[in-house]
Amino acid sequence: MSLLTTSSQTVGPFVSIGFAWLTTTDIAPPFVAGERITVEGRIVDGDGKPVSDAVVEIWQANAQGKYAHPDDTQDKPVAAAFRGFGRIPTDAQGGFRFTTIKPGSVPGSGATMQAPHLMVSIFMRGLLKRLISRIYFPDNSVNASDAVLALVPADRRATLIAKQSGADASALTWNVILQGADETVFFDC
Amino acid sequence: MTNLPGYRRPFFGTQPDYLYPPYRSTVKRAPTRPLVLIPQTLSEITGPVFGDDTVGANDFDLTGGHDGDPLGERIIVSGRVLDDGGKAVPHALIELWQANASGRYRHDVDNHDAPLDPNFTGCGRTLTDAQGHYRFVTIKPGAYPWRNHFNAWRPAHLHFSLFGQGFIQRLVTQMYFPGDPLLAYDPMYTSVPDEKARARLVSSFDWETTVPECALGYRFDIVLNGRAATPMER
Repeated sequence: MSLLTTSSQTVGPFVSIGFAWLTTTDIAPPFVAGERITVEGRIVDGDGKPVSDAVVEIWQANAQGKYAHPDDTQDKPVAAAFRGFGRIPTDAQGGFRFTTIKPGSVPGSGATMQAPHLMVSIFMRGLLKRLISRIYFPDNSVNASDAVLALVPADRRATLIAKQSGADASALTWNVILQGADETVFFDC
Repeated sequence: MTNLPGYRRPFFGTQPDYLYPPYRSTVKRAPTRPLVLIPQTLSEITGPVFGDDTVGANDFDLTGGHDGDPLGERIIVSGRVLDDGGKAVPHALIELWQANASGRYRHDVDNHDAPLDPNFTGCGRTLTDAQGHYRFVTIKPGAYPWRNHFNAWRPAHLHFSLFGQGFIQRLVTQMYFPGDPLLAYDPMYTSVPDEKARARLVSSFDWETTVPECALGYRFDIVLNGRAATPMER
């Protein structure tokens, strides 16, 4: 038996009606262990205009590199209060901001480990299906050996790596550029 | 750990492309560079888990929670969430949002000249049961105009958002109503290349779930990509 996968359709301009109840801009409750970080950014369209009606969703492992999901059978602890899910709407300037803890490395193919990363889904009017991306962290020596980053053309990899916003190492910036020379890398998986 | 099976990719033609110029908003928002195909890792096959306490006991009923009953035709929308192998997807969070019976959303950017209904907010949510069944009680939304092209009207629709069991199963879609003459002119509906897949976005009238003297029933089954039999390595 093989059924046709249901087609994706856009969330449209009124997505906040359905999504607002689960808005989560602080992904890790205060007592969850790990290095606290803030990630902020802006989403801009092909004209460089801010996208004020987007929703960013984050999926991430905890500081030990374990996902709060039954398929992650690593023998590592995960706090009951840690779901690892964030949902952040963009504001009138296309901006979004969330706080969380930096995830640990999670397993990749075979015996390899992946560089720490956040999984990203982006929804908005004008997207008939979500965009998938990843946020990696700056100055991480494991980025160089990450199997997913290695699949990305070298001149585009920087679009997936958050930058330190200022003097504070815990404040990071990651922008989403939908079109053009600096277009963010989006994945198919 | 690394031998967990990944998920099958959606069948060819079932998913719209990002760029579909008849839907004007895609032109400045669709990616212009090719997507990078990556293997499914633990990051893609896992996803947020929502327990029974995530949703309220009455969140499935969009007609409640106000002082009075909403205007419009009361309907019951039910169905199953399955994977493409026909297996039930249990305990999956579904979010629903929609316009009111006049075709107006309770949202700041909706300036359609149709009345708001003080007794209708237009959002609900539920979890599928162990057999993948779900059920919503709501009212049939109205069609509404939009500025995509001359005399453009969206067919009546419900927005559905599903999490499935892993990041990769995440799906947002729209459910339409049978016999709607606007479907043929709707670029969101026609953005789906495969005609059979497109038709699956249309619910069917369901005598079995229609409640006498109360509400018409519509059935809408949702199919997510299923687990592959082979390990996720490529």
